[in-house]
Amino acid sequence: MRLQAEGLAIGYPGGAVGHDLALAVGPGDILCLLGPNGCGKTTLLRTLLGLLPPLAGGVSLGGERLERLSRAEIARRAAYVPQAHAPPFPFTALEIVLMGRTARLPPFGQPGRADRAAALAALTRLGIGDLAARDYSQLSGGQRQLVLIARALAQEAPLIVMDEPTASLDFGNQARVLAEIAALAGAARGDGRAVVLTTHDPDQAFALNAQVVLMKAGRIVARGAPENALTSAALSEVYGVPVVVERTQSGRAVCAPTLARQSAPSITSEALTIT
Amino acid sequence: MGGGARAAPRKPLSAPRIDAARPARRLAAPPLWAGVAVALAGLCFGALMLGPYPLTPAETLGALLGFGDAQAQIVVRNVRLPRVAAALLVGAALAAAGASYQALFRNPLVSPDILGVSAGAGLGAVLGIFLSLPVAAIQGMAFLGGLGAVTLVGLVARAVRGTDPTLALVLTGVVVGALAGAATSLLKVMADPYDQLPAITFWLLGSLASVTMADLAPAAPAVALGLVPLALLRWRINVLSLGDEEARALGVEAGRLRLVVVAAATLATASVVALAGVVGWVGLVIPHVARMLVGPGFGRLLPAAAALGAGYLLVVDTLARTMAAVEIPLGILTAVIGAPFFIWLLARGRRGWL
Repeated sequence: MRLQAEGLAIGYPGGAVGHDLALAVGPGDILCLLGPNGCGKTTLLRTLLGLLPPLAGGVSLGGERLERLSRAEIARRAAYVPQAHAPPFPFTALEIVLMGRTARLPPFGQPGRADRAAALAALTRLGIGDLAARDYSQLSGGQRQLVLIARALAQEAPLIVMDEPTASLDFGNQARVLAEIAALAGAARGDGRAVVLTTHDPDQAFALNAQVVLMKAGRIVARGAPENALTSAALSEVYGVPVVVERTQSGRAVCAPTLARQSAPSITSEALTIT
Repeated sequence: MGGGARAAPRKPLSAPRIDAARPARRLAAPPLWAGVAVALAGLCFGALMLGPYPLTPAETLGALLGFGDAQAQIVVRNVRLPRVAAALLVGAALAAAGASYQALFRNPLVSPDILGVSAGAGLGAVLGIFLSLPVAAIQGMAFLGGLGAVTLVGLVARAVRGTDPTLALVLTGVVVGALAGAATSLLKVMADPYDQLPAITFWLLGSLASVTMADLAPAAPAVALGLVPLALLRWRINVLSLGDEEARALGVEAGRLRLVVVAAATLATASVVALAGVVGWVGLVIPHVARMLVGPGFGRLLPAAAALGAGYLLVVDTLARTMAAVEIPLGILTAVIGAPFFIWLLARGRRGWL
């Protein structure tokens, strides 16, 4: 399933957030959207999923323009993993995952035995089968994020779009989720899914060996392989702090901001005021 | 980002709905519902026996089947049976509508009363009485009034988005309800004090005292027309309770579904408001109890809420006509029971069930 966007302007009527955006993702690709807060990443994701109509240009999914597809057809082609949230009702994790099957049910349908099996298989694949009967709203942020990824798996869409999948996770869960994302794309097997994700951590783009789209103020400022796009200069420019990109002995790239000296006293004085 | 912090688990879940129990529950479901039906039938039979003219079980059964004392037959078949049927219908409709609104507005604290539906439907029906319209027209007015109120509440709450959405919704409901109440009061002042006013007043407090089979005839199909779409769409209503955006991403046409659910729940509410007057609290309290019993899955929640609501209102109505020499208006009893329950819910404040 190929996702393609061209000449895209995103935002709300009277409040454009981004212009001239173009991107393409195919099976086995991982596309990593990077950029500071408010640069339009989430708005772009919503536009790519057809949740927000583009102000200009268009998005096509599997060769068809989004506006010509029904919501159910879009959901069969693209699954969305929102940031972990707490729904108002105490659904079980299994029920949350089963909701991923909705687009495959007739309008008045209920999930059946096969749907239940698919949902359990998705939970098991992520190693959280034991959470199936637990109250989703009582799970930790990391567990909820994994449940939402399981839901996307149960949706069986060839494209998965994730909004900051690691934002609320601890160190270990971040690594687990990243490993799952890499496995989802599974480029080696050739039947991989396409994954689009946003993140605040440029290291993840290196770790996933993803294609990078670096955004600032609604425009794409760099793109390509991480080693080409995520240079020290580009990251410093986009995030407004000096960033160094270094290689560890094992060859992994690490991006780190150099903490500017002059800001230290002001932090201390704030801390004192709070105390 | 912050999603994880908000719902800090208060106590570890003792897993009441464990996975292994799932197939067992499936097997247990038919006996469970059979038990519910038997319990409801028992309540109905008890309600038919009780009253100012008490009957023995044998007399009641005989009267139901058309044997025995002529007066007992009249009491059971013409007076009590329509009333029992109406209580079941009203309770089931209000509770089912309440469960639907709660899922729709993603808020377990909303109900037909809080959203102004009851007040709006009340205004419509009072206007109908004021204009001396026929019963069917009064029902139509109640539906339009209820639909108008809930639409207004939804639109205003959306417009004042800056604040906490729950608070905006509840406060808007209060405001719209108060506005409808004011208009209702105006109609009461203008109404004929000998003919219309007593009817309006008694009706606003909620009562099944004067219900006949002829009143039930138009109300029952209207309630069914409201509840059937809710039952058919039960899975999609679950998905909608995750929020519009997520529901759309999961393949649900959220806007269209929302319209259908609002119209269906409002039709059910307005039909029974036209029949029984304004009976508050049922639509708030009963769905909570039902959710505690069967969980939030709408496929089980809807029938559970309907059955519980039917039984609850039957008991309350039987109390209303037997507790005192004078008939106590239903709305008063449901408020006396419902208000403390609401306070208890607020005090408990556990996320998820609340």
